[in-house]
Amino acid sequence: MTHATDQYPLDSSEQRLTVKDPHPRHDTQGDLSPDERLRRAMANIAKNINRTTATYMEACVHCGQCAEACHYYVQTHDPKYTPIWKLEIFKQAYKRENSPFGLFYRLFGLKRKVTVEQLGEWQELLYDSCTMCGRCSLVCPMGIDIATLVGQARHGMFKAGLIPDELHAVAQRAREEGSPLGATAEVFEDRAEWMADEHDTEVYIDEEEADILVTMSSIEIMKYPHAIGATAKILNALGEKWTFRTEGYEATNFGMMAGNVDWQKHATLKLIDAAVKCGAKLVILPECGHAYGALRWQGAAMYGKPLPFKVQHISEFLADVIGSGRLKVKKVDQTVTFHDPCQVARRGGATEAPRVVMEALGLDLREMTPTGDLNWCCGGGGGVVTIHRADKLRYKVFELKMEQVLKTEADTVLSSCSNCRQSFNDAIEHFNWDRKIDSLLELVAENLDEA
Amino acid sequence: MDLLEFARGPALQVAAIIFIAGLIWRLIHLFLIPKKIDISEPRFAGGRAGGIRTIFSRFLHHGEFRVRTANGSALAYTMHLSLAVVVFGSAPHIFFIESFTGLSWPALPNVAIHVAAALTLAALLGSLIRRWTHPVLRMLSNFDDYFTWLVTAAPVVTGLLTVAHLGGRYETLLGIHILSFCVFLVWFPFGKLMHSFIVFGSRYTTGLTFTRRGARV
Repeated sequence: MTHATDQYPLDSSEQRLTVKDPHPRHDTQGDLSPDERLRRAMANIAKNINRTTATYMEACVHCGQCAEACHYYVQTHDPKYTPIWKLEIFKQAYKRENSPFGLFYRLFGLKRKVTVEQLGEWQELLYDSCTMCGRCSLVCPMGIDIATLVGQARHGMFKAGLIPDELHAVAQRAREEGSPLGATAEVFEDRAEWMADEHDTEVYIDEEEADILVTMSSIEIMKYPHAIGATAKILNALGEKWTFRTEGYEATNFGMMAGNVDWQKHATLKLIDAAVKCGAKLVILPECGHAYGALRWQGAAMYGKPLPFKVQHISEFLADVIGSGRLKVKKVDQTVTFHDPCQVARRGGATEAPRVVMEALGLDLREMTPTGDLNWCCGGGGGVVTIHRADKLRYKVFELKMEQVLKTEADTVLSSCSNCRQSFNDAIEHFNWDRKIDSLLELVAENLDEA
Repeated sequence: MDLLEFARGPALQVAAIIFIAGLIWRLIHLFLIPKKIDISEPRFAGGRAGGIRTIFSRFLHHGEFRVRTANGSALAYTMHLSLAVVVFGSAPHIFFIESFTGLSWPALPNVAIHVAAALTLAALLGSLIRRWTHPVLRMLSNFDDYFTWLVTAAPVVTGLLTVAHLGGRYETLLGIHILSFCVFLVWFPFGKLMHSFIVFGSRYTTGLTFTRRGARV
């Protein structure tokens, strides 16, 4: 007689018999021994420790208030989704190996050694259930930036070959082909040409000299290609000297989200090299949240010196040219609400830019509650949207977003992030929801006042 | 040497040495770790001012979070503020501080100190019950949390007993009270009591980073 393990209790309340929480079965990459995985993860944690991370690791008082800001905890009430708990084993490793009293911890066995089993168990917490949206960082009374720590913990997980397979595959494809979705340079050129025809405008590619280097996200190139035409139309209306460059056209950075610093650097340097080659004074980043953080705030660190050009998210650029009167737009009779992409607004500081644009468009903007820097994440950031086993949880947290949107009674959701747009569209299909999400950029391009 | 003499003399001296040495070591250790310099172009130049501002602004939650964090915040504020009243407002404590630093200030009336001590104790008990019963706090809590609670509560309890002359001779009770404070001092640099210093660094760092970005802090 054998008995089923009680490690994964069966959930008989579901129609299809399932285990209550299938997530702990983690993915592994590479043929490494458990000891080697552990060694790599720990070595990377030690390497990543700087004064800021050490200060954060030392500061936590276990007040648990970060849970109240996290969409995963708020929607499930499962304590394991408490943001700081997602770093528990890294705190444990820091205290034992690197803290001022580490010697005592080791000598007297006061902190146990982190095990490879723990690392595997934590994969779900660091990847499936954290979008690095940074809402928890705003509530922490100690001021700990938990999202940054999660990003750094992912570095160790990647080195140990302990990240979700889908995210690894996507990041690897981006490294090898230049795009996580197969938007190679040839594919991009084809689609850019198509969009030039479609929008009856000129698309410049590989111009030798340009003032502005424009970039796109793979999601836009493959799923929302009108972003290419819309951007071109606007820049042409302004009479800008601009170009795409085939050696650096794609701004997403899945290396960063997966936790591979080498891949992150490679993707960032492609954009920087492209901008330097054409002498661009400005790089415009697409409607993509993490692409903004990767170049605007982490780009210089990857380059090793300050960037020789300015970097703007497309919504910032639009706010500038509309605000200065260079770009005229027609009024649009539409009731909308706006979904703030976390990496552009809360983590990036460009919260007001889209509102300047929406005001110029004369939109009836119904703000969500909460909104702006405090808005709830859509649940798709941080690479979570690529992880299929996280879908159930992602839909659960999206219900929070649906509730927010419904309360505004707006017909349309606008956003300036194609990843958020993708998460919304996926959830709209899943819930058969009668709302739609549009791009702010495309709305501007459709309503240019060229008179 | 009786208990009170021991507590006031060698025990306090050793505790103070451990406290100061531990404190210095823990802070020096942090400052010895290399700093990562942010070389991104700031949106706003006032990063340092933002860092300092954040040290103070984080004393209050953003309105969005106030309701959801009300219980924890109420307990934390009651405990910290009333404890500060007891520590810095009672006449014997002021004499004690004056004997080391030469600094003195008017004491609060005894009744205020008694009320504050009772509030401190109530808030400490409330915090402990909450730590046991709230699923998040129960999961997060470790030895440091409970031992820190114990070494914080002990001087409050022994102080109240001393004032009330309950459970023994006044001198014995006072000796125990001072010894409990010695344990507090010894534990301070090793556990989470250090947050009273580190909080400035962590709030400042986050404030600096996000003020540079023009983001909310």
